[in-house]
Amino acid sequence: MSRAILRDSLSVALTVGVYGIAFGAAAVEADLSVLQACVLSLLVFTGASQFAVVGVLDAGGSALSAITAASLLGVRNSFYGLRMAPILQVRGVKRFAAAQITIDESTAVSVAQEDKGLAAMRLGFWATGVGVYIFWNLFTLLGALGATALGDPAAWGLDAAVPAAFLGLLWPRLISQSARIVALISIFLCTFLIPFAAAGVPVIACALIPFIFAYVGDRK
Amino acid sequence: MIWTAIIATSLIAFMLKYLGQAVPARWLANARIQKFALHLPTALLAALVAVQTLGNQKGLVFDARSVAVLVAGVALFLKAPFPVVVILAALTSAGIHQL
Repeated sequence: MSRAILRDSLSVALTVGVYGIAFGAAAVEADLSVLQACVLSLLVFTGASQFAVVGVLDAGGSALSAITAASLLGVRNSFYGLRMAPILQVRGVKRFAAAQITIDESTAVSVAQEDKGLAAMRLGFWATGVGVYIFWNLFTLLGALGATALGDPAAWGLDAAVPAAFLGLLWPRLISQSARIVALISIFLCTFLIPFAAAGVPVIACALIPFIFAYVGDRK
Repeated sequence: MIWTAIIATSLIAFMLKYLGQAVPARWLANARIQKFALHLPTALLAALVAVQTLGNQKGLVFDARSVAVLVAGVALFLKAPFPVVVILAALTSAGIHQL
């Protein structure tokens, strides 16, 4: 049983790790140093937020809008933590470690073991979280070094890699009708705001859409 | 400025992760909060696609990135894996820059 879980964890960790190459390259394309790219992966360690920091700064946004956009994207990890806390039941240093690796993938693999019991869920969480942490950071370094070696990033098409990466992160979330509606409204609102608002602001403004969906829509 | 963004984002990202592990479950167990949390990443990622594809320092532009993201969308629709999607987009943009 545990071998199958470890195999799942490893394949998820390797696949996600490869996204790290895209992130490392995107960070360098946005004029961050290799060290800055690596620190983001080591400390922030939640892909979409990292891409957001890099994307907003690259578009000329302020540090504050980069921090805000990234942090709004990180809110979902609180809900993953909430889901995982009763399963992991850890305290002290172990809870700090568990918190740092509470991300999309570790939560998803753990929840997928639900029918196999608590021990399997714990193994799935830790193996996937630690595995992704190792590969994500390793591949961030490789991507950043690679992009630095390439020189002019636009000539290699790296300017298009960032929006394509965001689309790749968005795609698996469009499984429900309501998710697709939220995404469409968001794209329209954001595109409308780009000419008028400072860089980064249109992204943050789009946080209003799920708020309206949750608090105004479907009153029961 | 970049370091400020990196350090602040790191601290907040960790706090958000830790918060979920530490707060009593009932604090976030509200259906509206759950729905907000479900759709928040979707809205932000969609907005980031728009900004990164169409935005530049001057405002709205249609350039090589628009075509590349369209190609990425087709690749995703055809169930291409993530690295392939990103590489196809980069190749498309690089090709247009070479023209």
